[in-house]
Amino acid sequence: MNAPLPAAVDWPLAVHQALSRLGFGVIGYVPDAGHKRLIELCHGDARLRTVVLSTEEEGIGLATGAWLGGAKTALLMQSSGVGNIVNALGVVRECRIPLLLVVTMRGEYGEFNPWQVPMGQATPEVLRAMGVLVQRADTADEVAVQVDAAARIAFGGYAAAAVLISQRVIGIKSFQEQAAQ
Amino acid sequence: MSALRRREVVRALLVNRGDLLVVAGLGSTAWDCAATGDHPLTFPMWGGMGCAAVTGLGLALAQPARRVLVVTGDGEMLMGLGSLATIGVQRPANLSVVVIDNERYGETGMQKTHTAHGVDLAAMARAAGFASAVLVREASAIESLRQAVHHGAGPHFAQVKVVAEKEAITLPPREGTLLKNRFREALLGASASLQ
Repeated sequence: MNAPLPAAVDWPLAVHQALSRLGFGVIGYVPDAGHKRLIELCHGDARLRTVVLSTEEEGIGLATGAWLGGAKTALLMQSSGVGNIVNALGVVRECRIPLLLVVTMRGEYGEFNPWQVPMGQATPEVLRAMGVLVQRADTADEVAVQVDAAARIAFGGYAAAAVLISQRVIGIKSFQEQAAQ
Repeated sequence: MSALRRREVVRALLVNRGDLLVVAGLGSTAWDCAATGDHPLTFPMWGGMGCAAVTGLGLALAQPARRVLVVTGDGEMLMGLGSLATIGVQRPANLSVVVIDNERYGETGMQKTHTAHGVDLAAMARAAGFASAVLVREASAIESLRQAVHHGAGPHFAQVKVVAEKEAITLPPREGTLLKNRFREALLGASASLQ
């Protein structure tokens, strides 16, 4: 049984509000079921340029170019996407491009799909190996708090920072329930 | 077989560049841009292979009033083909992607790339939704390409077939923070350092 904890807050709404408050201009994403509502909120916000990516790696280039042009970028992805950005993160580190990653976790906490487990388990270490600051949100009510703090340390310190949103928050339980989302 | 020479093509696009913003893909195209003259508003990528076009996209979205040119190689473009689709969705009118196509991985021993076997990058860009996508083999087409890059409503894509030759390497600065900071200060002003 891997039911989500009862959501005390509407975390996607709170994250969207934090991104707006902090002055983000560009949102890049590869969809994840856990990001569904946040993606919809971003697409509905005319102040954000919300960019669907064909692979997460593109988001690193997108963020680099946007920062060269003066715009702040946040990237939304699933933990499997972290595996797709590893080499590109070298650009962010060498150039000290500030960047926020909001990562919904798979491959942990009661995962039903074994193919998700290797990358999910490796995600924090892979990010740290490339110099990304890593924070976690294990409950719904701390997601926006962690996003706010990660954005501040990223843009205050010209670094990449990631918030890993626990699968416990997302609460995917089975193929059938995932398909019904 | 094209008789175009890469340095001459890049020079024709960059000379009298006005307020053009340039992203140069890693490898030979970064040296080509440097050979025309180092410039604070050229961002040469020394890594992140496959990311040049989408870096240009981010810049074009952040600076919609400025023209943005990505100059990259066929090998670099092949590693980021999905970015053609991403650009095709966003359709920034101020972005051009010019691939200098020598059909070789030039930095690693001149091995043939996919374009040497007929892979048509311009057709891919056209199918992805670029406003224009051309295959250039003739010197007579360079001036119209320059006009498109500097003035036309894009996004534009050009695959420029060039002679496979090793040119003298002209290096731009290589420290990432230096390249970033000088670009941002030249574009955004001294206050960029306070953002």
